[in-house]
Amino acid sequence: MAAGAASGGSATTDTYKEARTWLLLPAWVTLCILILAPVLMMLVYSFLTKEFRGGVIWEFSLAAYDQFFFDRGLFGDDPPKIEWTYIAIFWRSIWQAGAATLLSLVIGFPTAYFIATRAENMRPVWVFLITIPYWVNLLIRTVSMKFLLRDQGPLNDFLINIGLIDSPLHIVNTNFAVQLGLFYSYLPFMVLPIYAAVERYNFNLSEAAADLYASKWTTLRRILLPAVKPGVIAGCILVFVPSMGSFLAPDLLGGAKNFMIGSLIEEQFKGNAGNWPFGAAASMILLTMVLIILMIFARQQAKAEKSGG
Amino acid sequence: MASTNFDIKTYPGFKAVTLLCLIVLYAPLVVVTIYSFNASQSLTNWEGISLRWYADVFSGPESSKFKEAAKNSFIIAIIAATVSTSIATLAATGMVRGGKFKLRTVSFGLISLPLMVPEIVTAVATLIFFNSIGFDRGIMTILLAHIAFCIPFAYLPISARMQGIEDSYEQAAQDLYATKRQAFTKILLPLMMPGIISGFLLAFIVSLDDFIITNFVKGAGVETLPTAIFGSVKQGIKPNIMAISTMLLGVSVVMVTISYFVSKKDNTK
Repeated sequence: MAAGAASGGSATTDTYKEARTWLLLPAWVTLCILILAPVLMMLVYSFLTKEFRGGVIWEFSLAAYDQFFFDRGLFGDDPPKIEWTYIAIFWRSIWQAGAATLLSLVIGFPTAYFIATRAENMRPVWVFLITIPYWVNLLIRTVSMKFLLRDQGPLNDFLINIGLIDSPLHIVNTNFAVQLGLFYSYLPFMVLPIYAAVERYNFNLSEAAADLYASKWTTLRRILLPAVKPGVIAGCILVFVPSMGSFLAPDLLGGAKNFMIGSLIEEQFKGNAGNWPFGAAASMILLTMVLIILMIFARQQAKAEKSGG
Repeated sequence: MASTNFDIKTYPGFKAVTLLCLIVLYAPLVVVTIYSFNASQSLTNWEGISLRWYADVFSGPESSKFKEAAKNSFIIAIIAATVSTSIATLAATGMVRGGKFKLRTVSFGLISLPLMVPEIVTAVATLIFFNSIGFDRGIMTILLAHIAFCIPFAYLPISARMQGIEDSYEQAAQDLYATKRQAFTKILLPLMMPGIISGFLLAFIVSLDDFIITNFVKGAGVETLPTAIFGSVKQGIKPNIMAISTMLLGVSVVMVTISYFVSKKDNTK
């Protein structure tokens, strides 16, 4: 998505106009069959009846969504009450993803700004340094994080050895560990769009503000931040969206208490709970939330562009 | 003047945060790399440098499992990256050199779809899709899923590169009576090579590293490196896992570094 700007770009020519359909056909076919059709099939499955031990029976049913939102008691004949279990799991996911996004913003903004104000030939090097860890296997990164943060891990050893703490900090299996893991997973997504925005920013504006006796922090808040806001919003969305549906960080760093949507969905297809329509319904709800966020974002970006941003 | 300009741009603490950021990003990887050379059986004590855990990966009790998984991972990554890069190259040509057309936005949305849909949702959808058409899960399902979600990763560097290449070279070739096909294969493709290689390498890493989708669509008994590692880690982090992680980490870093330098290379001059 961040690259959307790059591809919507200007330098399109019509050299191969006649061959266009044939050039695009493989991509259309592959993605329609392997991404679009599966998502539609998932929508269908979410309205089917569950087969025990996984799979579905081809019979229309609203049971999956009903189970998600309503509690009808043990035998299913009580008057429906709101079922809070799954809503709470979604809420926790939103909250955790939000906290991770905030953490990424607090660390990522100064980093992006710092990189964007380096000498021009040094910027790609800094960007490269920030992105390398992203390309390392997410599983390995998360396991590494867990190893580092363990009660007997190197971080606690280090802190005890320099005398900062007496007994190990319990970080693994807390909310904070999950937030840290998510932050670690998606930080480059925060840094890159903000970097791109700051790099385009005209520093003469800051200078003008300074000439008018604005303090540096006032200049940052009143002049720079509004100018780079689209980049900041893009960064926040690019961190928030994958965080919400993440599976590895909550599973490996959070433990059973810190269940998130990803784990709930996974359990429906892997574990003993094995309720495919319910898993499909939970995935649909997650997807709907993500698409709504992306649509609001796209609309805002379009508005910002129109107003000459 | 120069000094005020410098002053306006600098904020106290931003450099410190950047350094902190780099430390946080690299510390876990560095620590795991160091501990993978630990001679000790225990994770906690440091008993000097040794290669025993690397030897364990290649000849220890779990070595056959890891070898099989590594073989699967590399076969899938090579095929998936090759196919998705080919598809992406053609698509980028259609998008960047195909003039304006109605379905352009839709096409771009379709190509970036794997990036927008949360990975776990793609995983569920793909599993359900293969199940509904009665396709048995195994290497083939992993491969098909990987080809699809690698397309945007290959597409983005390729199309970025193509936008940077003026079409005057192809025009010149056509003025000299080259056919469009010749202009494409003899002029555009060679100029595009850095972008294509860079896209291929990124697709390769993304496929090699994928866990979530693979975990859903793999059949029983079929493992790739990430799923094999995940299975082991569930029973606790062991030193041999750190050795194998360090090797995989090395592969990714080398690939990304090559991709970085290749994409920077300007062969239009």
